[in-house]
Amino acid sequence: MAQATAAHTGATADRPDGLEGFVSDWGSDQRAFKGVPWGKAMMWIFLLSDTFIFTCFLLSYMTVRMSTTVPWPNPSEIFALSFGGEPIPLILIAIMTFILISSSGTMAMAVKFGYERNRKVSAILMLVTAMFGAMFVGMQAFEWSKLILEEGVRPWGNPFGAAQFGSSFFMITGFHGFHVSVGVIFLLITARKVWRGDFDSAKRGFFTSRKGNYEAVEIMGLYWHFVDLVWVFIFAVFYLW
Amino acid sequence: MAQAQDHHQAVAGAPHVEGQQHPIGIYFKIWGLLFVLSAFSYAVDYFHVQGYLRWTLILIFMVAKAGLIVAVFMHMMWERLAIVYAILTPPVLVLIFVAMMTFESDYTFLTRGLFFAIGE
Repeated sequence: MAQATAAHTGATADRPDGLEGFVSDWGSDQRAFKGVPWGKAMMWIFLLSDTFIFTCFLLSYMTVRMSTTVPWPNPSEIFALSFGGEPIPLILIAIMTFILISSSGTMAMAVKFGYERNRKVSAILMLVTAMFGAMFVGMQAFEWSKLILEEGVRPWGNPFGAAQFGSSFFMITGFHGFHVSVGVIFLLITARKVWRGDFDSAKRGFFTSRKGNYEAVEIMGLYWHFVDLVWVFIFAVFYLW
Repeated sequence: MAQAQDHHQAVAGAPHVEGQQHPIGIYFKIWGLLFVLSAFSYAVDYFHVQGYLRWTLILIFMVAKAGLIVAVFMHMMWERLAIVYAILTPPVLVLIFVAMMTFESDYTFLTRGLFFAIGE
């Protein structure tokens, strides 16, 4: 590790660990993030800014929900689904949660196999991840159509209670679904690059004209896990509240 | 960190190995754990747990899942503290924002209640 990365990511082997390392890295008068490729650091900083965007959405939702005097619609009943018998509460959302977690698992392994130069397995795992993501978006589309067409939920009102339910729901899940969709597209692009061996042949990217390497798979993974991470918070505070 | 270093040394013989590399077993374990935690949080709703217990359970499961994803899937537990603190401290400060908006919405709720009760 230390030898392989010393040339291009900053040596870490001879640096102190822990708090002392934190101080010496930041005070090194050089790059602060030792051992972190710049692309990965930039993805982390992008994800941090995205965290604040979702924070604003979820906080606005919290504020309107806590300040309204009208009863809030019960998500447990609204998102219930019947498979012939009694409606099972929140079942669609639970299935979507499990699908997204599974996609995170396959993505984590795709990163590992990418670094091992196991191109086929890495690409296939990324395609499986993309498939899970597409399934998630599909189920979300189903949920939206059901709410809009059958239940009559609108951003400005709904038959269940507080009018703010619709605007919060469409804004939060819509923005998250958009993130998933973008992730699926980039997963397909990255999987194609890995499958073709672009990162081994140092082929220049179509858009950036730069030579890529397998860090791109880890960066893709960071984005994808973040999408899963946001869903954890949406699931807890929007659907379970 | 010590384990990660050992592991890096173990794979150092392989050609061109770089970046975050960890045994595949840990991903399967975390995957399973995330499934169990999600099932638990779904069970909170399914069995109609209410009140403070509901909130405690939901928040514990939420933080546990988020922590596992960031620490293992996003490799944060193997990174140096310089980037860990730079990325994870700002979202923690959001809790202050949450507290502010809680006071704000309580106040709005109160004034709305007064307005509708007294009328104008």
